[in-house]
Amino acid sequence: MFAGENGLKGDPRLQAISQAIRVVPHFPKHGIMFQDITTLLLDHKAFKHTVDIFVDRYRDQHISVVAGIEARGFMFGPSIALAIGAKFVPLRKPRKLPGEVISEKYALEYGTDCLELHVGAVQPGERAIVIDDLVATGGTLSAGVKLLERVGADVVECACVIGVPNVKGQRRLIGKPVYVLVEPRKADKCYQDVMLVGS
Amino acid sequence: MSAYKDQDPRLHGIKTKIRVVPNFPKSGIMFQDITTLLLDPKAFKDTIDLFVERYKGKNISVVAGIEARGFIFGPPIALAIGAKFVPLRKPKKLPGKVISQEYILEYGRDCLEMHVGAVEPGERALVVDDLIATGGTLCAAMDLLERVGAEVMECACVIELPELKGRERLNGKPLYVLVEYMEI
Repeated sequence: MFAGENGLKGDPRLQAISQAIRVVPHFPKHGIMFQDITTLLLDHKAFKHTVDIFVDRYRDQHISVVAGIEARGFMFGPSIALAIGAKFVPLRKPRKLPGEVISEKYALEYGTDCLELHVGAVQPGERAIVIDDLVATGGTLSAGVKLLERVGADVVECACVIGVPNVKGQRRLIGKPVYVLVEPRKADKCYQDVMLVGS
Repeated sequence: MSAYKDQDPRLHGIKTKIRVVPNFPKSGIMFQDITTLLLDPKAFKDTIDLFVERYKGKNISVVAGIEARGFIFGPPIALAIGAKFVPLRKPKKLPGKVISQEYILEYGRDCLEMHVGAVEPGERALVVDDLIATGGTLCAAMDLLERVGAEVMECACVIELPELKGRERLNGKPLYVLVEYMEI
C-alpha cells in the first residue's frame, strides 16, 4: 500500500523524498534501474521526513520490535526504533551475527541467499515491523517475516521507502501488509542525456 | 578520550548491555556484540544521546558510517545534529562513481568505498563505527574523507579495545569512545 493512497495524498514530503532518490542505470547489471537511496541520506530534510512518516504511522501501534534487513534496512530502522521506543533487531547475511542464530533461506533470480536472526532477540507475542529500503519480488522481506514468526512474533507490517508496484506474487509471498512511501523512478534526466548522446 | 572516565551515569547501563561472545569469528577473539545494546531502547537511546550531546552545534555537516554496524549508529546521530549521512561501504555495493581506499587486515587486505560527490571540500566530518580495534578501518575511512577535501573532526565509536592501540594509528585525529574493553 502506498502512503500517497493511504492518508498522505498530496503530502509534499513524498515528492521531496522521491526526488532525492537517484536512479543509476544498469547497476548491478544491464537492464536494472537501481534506486539509490544514498542521495536521500545526503538530504537531511528529506531523510528526516522519511523517518517521521514511518514514526507517525507506528508510534501508537504498540510495536516493540523494529527488524531491519542488512544493510540498507540498518540506515532507516534504528531511527524509527528509537523514536517509537522499540528495540532494533538486525536481520543479517550468514555468519555475521556472533551468537546463536536461526536462518531462513530465500530465492534469488539465480540461486538462493539466507537471512539470520539472533536467538533470544525477539520474544513470542512481540509486535514487529520489518524495514528495508526497497521491495521488489518480496523474497528478502518474506524471509524476514518468516524468521520473526518462527520465534512467535506478530509481524504487523513491512515498511519500505520504495516499492515496485504490480510485481506478480509479491503480496502473496510476503503474506503481510507492505507500506511503501514512493514508487521507483525511471532514468534521471542527466543519465537520459548521456544515453542519447551515446547512441 | 573515553566518556567512561567522565563517569556519566548512563555509561554503566551501556557497558552492561554489550555482550561478549568468546572465540568469534575465530579462536581467541572476544567479540563485542552490540546487538544486545540495540535490544534495550533506553540504553540505545543513551548511546545516541551521548554522541549527539557532544557533536550538536559544532557545525558538523557529515556523519560517515562504516559498513555495516556504523550504519546503525551513524544515521540517528546525523539526523539529530542536522548532518548528512554518508555510508562507507565494502567494494561494489555503492552504485554510482566511487573512490576506494585499501587497508591492511591481519591476513590480507580489504577496501572501503565512498560515493564521489557525497562530500564537498571543507565539510566538517565525523567517522562513526561500533568499535575501534587496530584502527585500520577508521584510518581508511578518514583517508577517503580527506581525499575529497573534508576535515575529519573526530572518530566516534561505542567501544575501544585499548590493548590494540588503534588510537595511536589515527594520525593524531581525536577519538571519542563511550566504553573500553580490556581482557585483563
